[in-house]
Amino acid sequence: MTWDWSAVADFMPRFWDGVLVTLQILVLGSLLSFTLGLVWALGLRSGLRYVRWPVGLVTEFIRNTPLLVQLFFLFFVLPEWGVQFSALTTGTIAIGLHYSTYTAQVYRAGIDAVPAGQWEAATALSLPAHRTWTAVILPQAVRRIAPALGNYVIAMLKDTPLLAGIGVLEMLQQSRLESAATFQYTEPLTVVGIAFILIAYPASLLVRTLERRLAR
Amino acid sequence: MTSGLWQNWVLPGIWITVQLTLYSAALATAVAFGVGMARTHRSKAVRFLAAFYTEVFRGTSALVLMFWLFFVLPPLLGWQLVPMWAAVLALGLSYGAYGAEIVRGALNAVAPAQREAGVALSFTPWQRMRLILLPQAVPETIPSFCNLAVELLKGTALVSLLGVGDVSFAAYLVRLATQESAQIYTVTLVIYFVLAFLITRSMKALERKTKANLGVVVK
Repeated sequence: MTWDWSAVADFMPRFWDGVLVTLQILVLGSLLSFTLGLVWALGLRSGLRYVRWPVGLVTEFIRNTPLLVQLFFLFFVLPEWGVQFSALTTGTIAIGLHYSTYTAQVYRAGIDAVPAGQWEAATALSLPAHRTWTAVILPQAVRRIAPALGNYVIAMLKDTPLLAGIGVLEMLQQSRLESAATFQYTEPLTVVGIAFILIAYPASLLVRTLERRLAR
Repeated sequence: MTSGLWQNWVLPGIWITVQLTLYSAALATAVAFGVGMARTHRSKAVRFLAAFYTEVFRGTSALVLMFWLFFVLPPLLGWQLVPMWAAVLALGLSYGAYGAEIVRGALNAVAPAQREAGVALSFTPWQRMRLILLPQAVPETIPSFCNLAVELLKGTALVSLLGVGDVSFAAYLVRLATQESAQIYTVTLVIYFVLAFLITRSMKALERKTKANLGVVVK
């Protein structure tokens, strides 16, 4: 078995297309999981039992079941319900929804860590609820949760190949197409594997630095 | 869904998923303790190798690793892995790397005086590890290992993309046969949820037991 550099060169155009799609999933998926996670976290803190209880059940269920099956669920069931999305959109929604249940836990921990005195001060100043959240609690919580959110972005990156399962043209799917066309399996798959390490490792170093910086 | 599909595909699929989870969890535990202990070794070379292993296997995607083991390794080595074992190897090696970090953290969290006491009694490093550090570190690792085991269970769904007949693959076949996507995928998700619940429950029991051995009561 020999390593063929020309196969690597042939794969490069497809590879870059795949990288772009992977990054696109990552950015949109992160935004979705960050916003939806905040919604879940606020729902879990709601004073109403009818809100807290269903939100808790739904997030626990999503968190404890495989992303791949959720992906197939959305991909095959949404059209039955008359909602038609492209594979890329469905995949991004699935990954954002899945990770939102993780970010909800992060937000919850971050919000719980804001000292009780801050809540009391907001009450004493008779700030309305939305001002309490946007001006007092969330700005302090965000500092604590940024590194943990960063870790989930990296985890999300490593889950993007699952979208190949529904035919999204991200890095892995591009390598599969290349292999199917040229019968070269070694080079495209190895390039993709290394690409993940090359993106994930510096990113995790960055998160670690951020963690140290913000801990002070 | 007819009973034939249920008996021929879904039930065996659940059994394959359970087997996959158990085998890869066993491999991941072995890797986690091996690499985790190596990361606290005196020799710098051993520590470096262990750290390198952790970064590589945590850095890449489990699915890409699985494809790599299945498609790239055979021509390199000249023999082919059965899909099931390629999957167990990929899941065990990558989740083991996450587990190694848990073991390292727990070993570092054991009070330094405990290690010093072992030195004072002139225990060998291996005796210290076996008799002093590990018994105190293991119960601390269990809650994190519980989360990791649930992640591993969810990771086993990836094998369906290699054509291993686990419960996700069964769901795919049943969908093709019946076109009832909502039903079969809801059932599949519930099956995973129940399995995850069983893992959480048994890990809680294990934690209580190992901590009771140390004289600590878990609430």
